[in-house]
Amino acid sequence: MSAKIESFPGTPLSQADLDAGKVLTTYWKPKLEYGWDAGVAISRYLEELKNGRIIGIKCSRCRRVVVPPRVVCEWCWEPMNDWVYLQDTGTVNTYSICYIRWDASRAKEPQFPAVIWIDGASNAGFLHLLDEVDPDDVKIGMKVQAVWKPAEERAGSITDIEYFKPL
Amino acid sequence: MGMRKVAVVGAGMTKFMRRAQETGRELAYQATKMALDSCEMTLDDIDSVALGTAPDAFDGVHMKGEYLSDGAGAWNKPYMRCYVGGGTGVFAAIQGWYQVASGLFDTCLVVCEEKMSSCKPHPQGAFLTIFDHTTERALKPNLIWIFALEMNRYMTVHGLEKKDIARVAVKNKRNALDHPCAQVAADITVEDVLNSEVLAWPVQRLDVSPTSDGAASMVLAAEHVAKRITDKPVWIKGVGWSLDTAYWTNRDLYYPKYVESAARMAYDMAGIKEPRKEIHVVEPYDPFDYKELHHLEGLLLCEKGEAPRLTADGVTARDGDMPVCPSGGLLGVGNPIAASGIMKLNEIFWQLRGEAGKRQVPGQPRTGLAQSWGDLMQVGCVVVLGI
Amino acid sequence: MSLIERLGTFGDAKVWYDNIPLESEYTVGIAGERFLRAIKDRGVILGTVCPACDLTYVPPSMYCERCFTQLDEWVELPAKGTVYTFTIVTRSLDGQALDEPEILAFVKLPGAHGGLVHRLTTAKPEDVEIGMEVEVVFKPQKEREGSILDIKGFKPT
Repeated sequence: MSAKIESFPGTPLSQADLDAGKVLTTYWKPKLEYGWDAGVAISRYLEELKNGRIIGIKCSRCRRVVVPPRVVCEWCWEPMNDWVYLQDTGTVNTYSICYIRWDASRAKEPQFPAVIWIDGASNAGFLHLLDEVDPDDVKIGMKVQAVWKPAEERAGSITDIEYFKPL
Repeated sequence: MGMRKVAVVGAGMTKFMRRAQETGRELAYQATKMALDSCEMTLDDIDSVALGTAPDAFDGVHMKGEYLSDGAGAWNKPYMRCYVGGGTGVFAAIQGWYQVASGLFDTCLVVCEEKMSSCKPHPQGAFLTIFDHTTERALKPNLIWIFALEMNRYMTVHGLEKKDIARVAVKNKRNALDHPCAQVAADITVEDVLNSEVLAWPVQRLDVSPTSDGAASMVLAAEHVAKRITDKPVWIKGVGWSLDTAYWTNRDLYYPKYVESAARMAYDMAGIKEPRKEIHVVEPYDPFDYKELHHLEGLLLCEKGEAPRLTADGVTARDGDMPVCPSGGLLGVGNPIAASGIMKLNEIFWQLRGEAGKRQVPGQPRTGLAQSWGDLMQVGCVVVLGI
Repeated sequence: MSLIERLGTFGDAKVWYDNIPLESEYTVGIAGERFLRAIKDRGVILGTVCPACDLTYVPPSMYCERCFTQLDEWVELPAKGTVYTFTIVTRSLDGQALDEPEILAFVKLPGAHGGLVHRLTTAKPEDVEIGMEVEVVFKPQKEREGSILDIKGFKPT
């Protein structure tokens, strides 16, 4: 039918149309504030970050160690109870050099988000940021180490690690 | 398995637009009305409706399924809304398929809508909550990060350069010049892509599909009904879908295994043994240019890491041996999330019926595939269509 | 062991506070545009008619939800109606007591399949009843902006 169809429905508007008041709009500014329960596994994870340590958890059936920790292994559905302290070093699994913020506006300085596979875990890790690194030098496979906030500033948050730096 | 044959008998869609004047339900109505008219059916002929639409936060209507129901033709009918992120479009078609295949209903409308322009300050913000609220959002991530991270991993594992990937954007935006609904069709070069603004390396402005408003619909019918309606039914030969874990930092992102699982399920059902030979036209999900390549590999249509070479050799061009995204894809036609999956199925429907006009691929294709992808880089949805 | 028993003390359970910083700008749509412009410019209430189903939609719809015909027939309805149901609101959205209770009513317009939900003004809560005749109170024309709030509310006739 597509070949026979002369025109498809839809009325495109430009920003200029809106600015000129060509069409009516209504605006809603909701107040969406949340308190998310961190849950059993992540509460412990955050507590250990406050202590300056990264903790993972081991599946007794799959024998793998994962981070972030969770209460059940999503592979075999075995409850996970075997906590394991991991090192605060790891390998850059992948990274980006990011120039935009969440609202699509332009950032002045780039950020280096990365997935870091943590030493002591089984091909597992988490999202964090790299720093003290030149854009030309950052590489997948690079060894990195956590840079912690001073103990008194740590709050039980993933941001208790300020960033990871090259080893 | 005792399943009935199901055909696609009608298709419709709105233009894909940066911002539409229509409300979401008006868009849903326009696409659905067009799909019904295309096969000379009315709402009385429809037994049920399956709707797909992505996060409520886009439209800013926090019961979007119910809100859209009358525009989707669901007044007083059995109705459902489904959602798997970007994968929603093809997923919705699968939901409609099993309502008919099971024998529950003889006809089903599949409707997908998205009105992303409502979301301020930018539709990208609606994706903030896909990240874990406690362990990831504290880092102030944005959506592009996950694409950039996945793309970099894919490029590095296979030793690819940006130009290997940019060819997809060039091809799809050019194909879209022939699509009357296209939002960002353009005749650009690989250099244009490579010179475009860096958003989050390796992602640049022209690697990315736009945000869009739009809707797309299709009409499904059981065999005995389909044969009364049309002499050119397009059969749903196989469906497949699969989800990997949301712990995305525990997976190697270079290869979408869940897309392979979904494809294997669909191929088994369709009796396809050698997908590369048996599938004649492909619409993989291409919200970013590298995703088309990633998905061709996951769909087992080439070896891992081989898709860029097929693109460079012209195999995936509209007149190539295996046309990929002859519609122009999300990169060219636009990306109203859920609706873009139905846009792809509609394209295969039109291609197999020889009704794609200027976009028609040569060689009278008999089998085609549409695929969508989404959530936290974790879902693959596949539908194989054939005549 | 239940999940809660696995936490050492209740204080070990952490809560993460954040917000979702999104806002929405809605177009009023094809039918909505004509409906609100008529209120703004002329102070009249419009509906759309489906002749086949014998329905008049208020607020107007661009299509008939029952037969899926695109609706092109517009009618002007009397700016008055009957209270079909109502409620008296004494608390704000965040639970604070209101100085003055607000009366919210669903008013059916004569000849229409639907009606409008709006405030009842100049009525005392104890005097409101279902079946009461009311009429539309428009804001003065120069204050109207093309919004449903261009209608101040309904008042008893």
